[in-house]
Amino acid sequence: MASDTHYEKYKSDGSIQGNALEWFDARFPATSMWRGHLSEYYAPKNFNFWYFFGSLAMLVLVIQIVTGIFLVMHYKPDASLNANGVPVAFASVEYIMRDVSWGWLIRYMHSTGASAFFIVVYLHMFRGMLYGSYRQPRELIWVFGVMIFLALMAEGFAGYLLPWGQMSYWGAQVILNLFSAIPLIGNDLAIWIRGDFVIGDATLNRMFSFHVIAIPLALLGLVAAHILALHEVGSNNPDGVEIKSKKDEHGIPLDGIPFHPYYSVKDIVGVVVFLMVFSIIVFFAPEGGGYLLEYNNFIPADPMVTPSHIAPVWYFTPYYSLLRAVTYPLFGIDAKFWGVVAMGAGVLIFAFLPWLDRSPVKSIRYRGSIYKTLLTLFVIAFFILGFLGTKSPSYAFFGVIPGAPIAQLLTAYYFLYFLTMPWWSKIDKYKPEPERVTFK
Amino acid sequence: MKANNMKKFLLALLFAPITAFASGATLHLDKAPDVQGDQAALQNGAKTFVNYCLNCHGASYVRYNRLTELGLSEQQVKENLMFTAEKIGEQMRVAARPAEQKQWFGATPPDLSLIARARASEDGSGADWLYTYLRSFYRDDKRPTGWNNTVYENVGMPHILWELQGQQVLNHETHKLELSVPGKLPAAEYDKQVADLVGFLVWMAEPTAGLRKQLGFGVLVFLFILFGVSYALKKEYWKDIK
Repeated sequence: MASDTHYEKYKSDGSIQGNALEWFDARFPATSMWRGHLSEYYAPKNFNFWYFFGSLAMLVLVIQIVTGIFLVMHYKPDASLNANGVPVAFASVEYIMRDVSWGWLIRYMHSTGASAFFIVVYLHMFRGMLYGSYRQPRELIWVFGVMIFLALMAEGFAGYLLPWGQMSYWGAQVILNLFSAIPLIGNDLAIWIRGDFVIGDATLNRMFSFHVIAIPLALLGLVAAHILALHEVGSNNPDGVEIKSKKDEHGIPLDGIPFHPYYSVKDIVGVVVFLMVFSIIVFFAPEGGGYLLEYNNFIPADPMVTPSHIAPVWYFTPYYSLLRAVTYPLFGIDAKFWGVVAMGAGVLIFAFLPWLDRSPVKSIRYRGSIYKTLLTLFVIAFFILGFLGTKSPSYAFFGVIPGAPIAQLLTAYYFLYFLTMPWWSKIDKYKPEPERVTFK
Repeated sequence: MKANNMKKFLLALLFAPITAFASGATLHLDKAPDVQGDQAALQNGAKTFVNYCLNCHGASYVRYNRLTELGLSEQQVKENLMFTAEKIGEQMRVAARPAEQKQWFGATPPDLSLIARARASEDGSGADWLYTYLRSFYRDDKRPTGWNNTVYENVGMPHILWELQGQQVLNHETHKLELSVPGKLPAAEYDKQVADLVGFLVWMAEPTAGLRKQLGFGVLVFLFILFGVSYALKKEYWKDIK
């Protein structure tokens, strides 16, 4: 919906329902919201497979909120030990799994939903990179999106502490300790964030607060901003051409179709397929081979016993690799600090894509071989960094090729991909964009 | 920490990456037989658990009345499996308190409710680990309990099932375990006994696992039908879009 559009208010046909609706619409932008965002929001007709993941991300957000509401009814953020010598928080999760009616299902939906959220968001971001969805005039949509990604990572991190298992505890220990690497204020900052000298009850309680209130509020606001910005300028498409440049006599884009009913019915198909995959994991492999629920997390948190190998959940592992790749101190500051900087920069650098990309075309369909090759390598690098992040630093491929230098090499590539983009995206060959979208 | 200990600690830290690499070598685990569909086996496992394990290890997330899901009546559970609890809804706790146990053993024996899930690793499932572990105790005079284990080196727990299995010794040349004193059960029967016990531990770690998988099939059938309907709806709407 462009904000300069004015929709007529609803006029009653004289029936009771009609009168009620007229009364309501005179006091609330009901019809204008419906028409502007759904029935008269014109989306390009050539969306393909990659365009399912935006609506799927919304679906997962709803799943997480609804299951989360029910989990909070039974979960207790309490690190003290119960009569059986088990932390209350850990025991309350098992109580949900065993004694709460359908608690196991709600909990598995929530724990699987966390991973599903990252999968759909990663694919959604990759779609943006394929078709140049971040390019002018959609820079702000993209920047809001990166902020959503950042909020999601914070949400995932805070949520992972709550079951209060060994991996929850020691994972948080590793990550929160990173703050102490910041020069001068680091140690005090780390204590301030933990609320204690070690991870403890205070930390658990504040992470609970962040996870159920602070970050979800921020997320919802950012998602609203993301969608409002999208509906202001209109969607991009796999051809990367602006459908608004070719309109009919009513001002409707020639290649646009109303989001509702066309994309609402199409997205339902996507939702069903997604739910099939989701259900297969929830019902048949909720542990995900130790990647979704780590085996060590079935042991209650024990500050006296450090696990031999601490690995973050899979969705953080590419960034964990960036963190570990930096091993040289710089300007007299600890290497750990620069690792933290690398990890943060690795996320935030996405926000600059709209200004780093200098290609005359948006979509990969009309870009040259340089972009195609470098993007493919970027994806491969991202996967290998993710894989190495699950392993210990001493891991070697086939037992002979050491993983650590490879992670460093790929970290360098990760950043160079972005930093040199203004140069190579400009000199890359390109094909002319079509006048209208292509659609079979 | 004394200076000497400190030195050892620092040395250990120095070599930690190397030992971490060494311990990366995979542990060979025997495949545990799957007895989840066999109620008699699970009941037998429950009996072994209550008689041998529950003296020291709790299963504090599990309530006794949950055992009725193994095909037992509340009466049977009360008469045969409940020794330290009064009410059928109570959790399977140890009579000893955690603090006392810590005094006796130096460490509190872990709660076993989730042990079958916690022991899973890249080497094998938690069931495989437990199945191999409970068959890998051997006599070792250097240990305070007189027992050691090839799966869990320098384990704190003595071989609680030794009466049944007998006594094994480690042949240091072949690195294999050999039975030196036979127990009450022949080897095959002991393996079956352990398999049943492990089956019970697996069931106990997630009592809803059976229902979960059953329900999963129903959900997938429903979604499959829903897919057909939603796809037909999409096709109907989109037939005019060219």
